[in-house]
Amino acid sequence: MKYDEALAKYEPVLGIETHIELGTASKMFCGCPTGFGAEPNTQVCPVCLGLPGALPVTNHAAIEGIIKIGLALNCEIVEWCRFARKNYFYPDMPKNFQISQYDEPLCVNGFLEVEAEGETYRIEIERVHMEEDTGKSLHVGGATGRIQGADHSLVDYNRAGIPLVEIVTKPIPATGEKAPLVARAYATELRELVRSLGVSDVRMEEGSMRCDVNVSLMPRGAAEWGTRTETKNVNSLRSVERAVRSEIERQAGVLSGGGRIVQETRHFHEDTGRTTSGRSKEEAQDYRYFPEPDLVPMAPSREWVAELKASLPELPAARRRRVQAEWALSDLELRDVVNAGAVELIEATVAAGADAGAARKWWMNELSRRATEQGVELDALPITPEQVARIQAMVAAGELNDKLARQVFEGVLAGEGAPDEVVAARGLKVVSDEGELSSIIDRVIADNAAVADKVRSGKVAAAGALVGAVMKATRGQADAGRARELILEKLGAS
Amino acid sequence: MSELVTKGAAELGELIAGGDVSAVEVARAHLDRIARVDGQVNAFLHVDAETTLAQARAVDERRAAGEELGPLAGVPIAHKDVFTTADMPTTAGSKILEGWLPPYDATVTARLRKAGLVILGKTNMDEFAMGSSTENSAYGPTRNPWDTSRIPGGSSGGSSAAVASYQAPLSTGTDTGGSIRQPAAVTGIVGMKPTYGGASRYGMIAFASSLDTPGPFARNVLDAALLHEAFSGHDAMDSTSIDAAVPPVVEAARRGDVNGLRVGVVKEFHGEGYEPGVTARFDEAVEVLESLGAKVVEVSCPNFTYALPAYYLIAPSECSSNLARFDAMRYGLRVGDDGSRSAEEVMALTRAAGFGPEVKRRIMLGTYALSSGYYDAYYGKAQQVRTLIKRDFEAAFEQVDVLISPTTPTTAFTIGERADDPMAMYLADLCTIPTNLAGNAAISVPCGLSDGLPVGLQIMAPVLADDRVYRVGAAIERALEDRWGGPLLAQAPAL
Ligand SMILES: [Zn+2]
Repeated sequence: MKYDEALAKYEPVLGIETHIELGTASKMFCGCPTGFGAEPNTQVCPVCLGLPGALPVTNHAAIEGIIKIGLALNCEIVEWCRFARKNYFYPDMPKNFQISQYDEPLCVNGFLEVEAEGETYRIEIERVHMEEDTGKSLHVGGATGRIQGADHSLVDYNRAGIPLVEIVTKPIPATGEKAPLVARAYATELRELVRSLGVSDVRMEEGSMRCDVNVSLMPRGAAEWGTRTETKNVNSLRSVERAVRSEIERQAGVLSGGGRIVQETRHFHEDTGRTTSGRSKEEAQDYRYFPEPDLVPMAPSREWVAELKASLPELPAARRRRVQAEWALSDLELRDVVNAGAVELIEATVAAGADAGAARKWWMNELSRRATEQGVELDALPITPEQVARIQAMVAAGELNDKLARQVFEGVLAGEGAPDEVVAARGLKVVSDEGELSSIIDRVIADNAAVADKVRSGKVAAAGALVGAVMKATRGQADAGRARELILEKLGAS
Repeated sequence: MSELVTKGAAELGELIAGGDVSAVEVARAHLDRIARVDGQVNAFLHVDAETTLAQARAVDERRAAGEELGPLAGVPIAHKDVFTTADMPTTAGSKILEGWLPPYDATVTARLRKAGLVILGKTNMDEFAMGSSTENSAYGPTRNPWDTSRIPGGSSGGSSAAVASYQAPLSTGTDTGGSIRQPAAVTGIVGMKPTYGGASRYGMIAFASSLDTPGPFARNVLDAALLHEAFSGHDAMDSTSIDAAVPPVVEAARRGDVNGLRVGVVKEFHGEGYEPGVTARFDEAVEVLESLGAKVVEVSCPNFTYALPAYYLIAPSECSSNLARFDAMRYGLRVGDDGSRSAEEVMALTRAAGFGPEVKRRIMLGTYALSSGYYDAYYGKAQQVRTLIKRDFEAAFEQVDVLISPTTPTTAFTIGERADDPMAMYLADLCTIPTNLAGNAAISVPCGLSDGLPVGLQIMAPVLADDRVYRVGAAIERALEDRWGGPLLAQAPAL
């Protein structure tokens, strides 16, 4: 069913479960390193391989990380809680149970405010709990890369035991047609929040942040919520939005055709933008949760929690309010900066000496365009805020004009080196030798006598053609403003 | 029989330290004894004379180099096959781990090595420590040296039999529901279950994590205390390990007095249902304690009656999860991997072939008890009983310093007698289970014979009061040995 039609008949209710890998130096329950991209099965030990006799010991840094997330989400940090075992068999689960939390999560009852198209939504957080990641299976030989139809499977246990925080929202009602945008805004805001805490790099493309999206529909005006589905494998912010949208359309089609929604897990496919059926509730596992007897309960002291609370950095919402004032942005401008993920980058550029307007201009125009072209996030571009500030400094000093500056950006992004190196290598300098510029202008005036006469007679606007000719003659390296001044002076029109 | 193998650990340690005999000579004497008698006993699953002698040689070299060594340096020990050893296979008595060579040493193993103990080999046990007779071993039953048609107790039956048959002066065991104390009782030796968390479980293949406790076997109380001290103490690798000093167990074992001590007889573990000879020996032990100056009273612990059913929900629940890792993917047995089957089928075939009937029974019990809709009625209720049992102990220890009971209701039964009756088998641990559920300390010391078979006296003390049971154990050991004219084990028939 078409989206607008679906929304006319049904009201969606959302729920989002997010897994975030913490960036601790060592794993959750052993001392193994956690670096991404190491050779398979090189970051393992008896504990994370689940060898007979091995026992887990809780990583204090991970508990600190989750408490910070809980506090930033306005959660209550419980005084006492336990880990639980979630039991199920799978080859990439070394112990065939996952150490997680069940009915005693560490952080409860929080909220996060997010903005979608100018409206603020308060997303209630049910719980934030701690668990360990599983290994990673690679299914070889099948068409789909899934276990069905594969010739054989390989397992890499490097990821097994990496600390994972799960953040679960309460049901999110009353978002109407904005449901997909609200879902995306929540994921975006959560990512910003966690990144600002410095506890995870929250890179969805590397899997350090993963979202499962629950969607249900109820007829408009109904009191009872419909049956929900849980869509997994949603690996980008854009996919969060698309998955919600696609699931709303699909469910509306089923319901309006007289069908029923099956409570099930669904998989999102980036290529088609559609979800397909996974496991239904009837086949769902009984995880047989029980308190993990190998670990003593967690009892974070109130003093420690207070200390962590006091140590929290400025959070994204507060930072946004501050930069909006400092940079004098309209609501719309601020939203664009936030949506582009440019707040921190601009701040760092300003900190490196650029003025706010220029820093924003470069990141939001030139660099955003290039990021879009390359299909990467802004902060993934191979240029630092310090380099942007350096280029802007050259512009401010009149050594570069905007056109030349763009060539420097191009060079830096192409890996030609630091801005100064690119300038030197490409010979990009504004022609600032007044004598040279003056003689070029004389030649241009002589070659364009008719235009020059117009200017002399007071049609100052005609000077633009002469400036253009000067720029052409200098291959863009002249300071256009200065050239204009000199032309008008020489033609007695200034 | 070489004289060396009849000596206790403390004495051997002194002889080696004094240069009267080398660690290599002591190890050789025990290896000879093993070669001679273990065919009748089947205490060991793995013996490798070369590895053992190399360890002994290393101790002699350390001493020759002037290194300061502990009181047990050079003393041989039999090590339960539930502890990982990087130089010997570790099977936990199961087919599913046949031939598995662990890449790491358990903390207990590492501490034995550090103390200079010489590991003779790995001892037989009920598969994954599930059982009270060692009949559940995948590698055949161990036999009781007092009567080889009888069981040596379990699950640490290989360890009790090795010490009782002079194949080793010391051995390690693990006690989840009585698996050290019951084998010690039925073989006429000393066996101790320390306070839970007093010794590390790291590298000890888990049966029931919240109950499993490593502990020592010896032929006398002092030797048990020396071994207890050697491998106990905090371990950062075990979250449940207690960060406190090891109680002064050796000092207590040397002191051995009960004058003025308040001793409570557990009412619920006395009288009906107990073999008459067991009750008679227990009552005599009470008289001995009184004659030594202890004040003996009867104490009721009403919830102890529910300990056995609670245990048979908690332990299987934990084991159903702990044993899930044996799935043929990374180590151990793999069955049915012929290229035509899925990973799940290979897991199922391997587990069907690799686990014995008792292990399967407990995995199924535990899986059921934890399943959705049954959790509260079974696992949840059992945990409540566990709390009540702890409270019974707390209340009792307000009135008395230690509690006593028979270690086990009967003496050693014959092999096969209870094999088809799990309930009868489970009753062997009736008196020992409450201590596991509460996590406190308890010891079994010999207290005489019933129809020619050993009877054990159980002494229980509060959490971290391990020294108290050694103190009482040593006192009664001295008084009874005076009466018997030597250790009880001297009355055992020669093998
Ligand atoms: Zn590890």
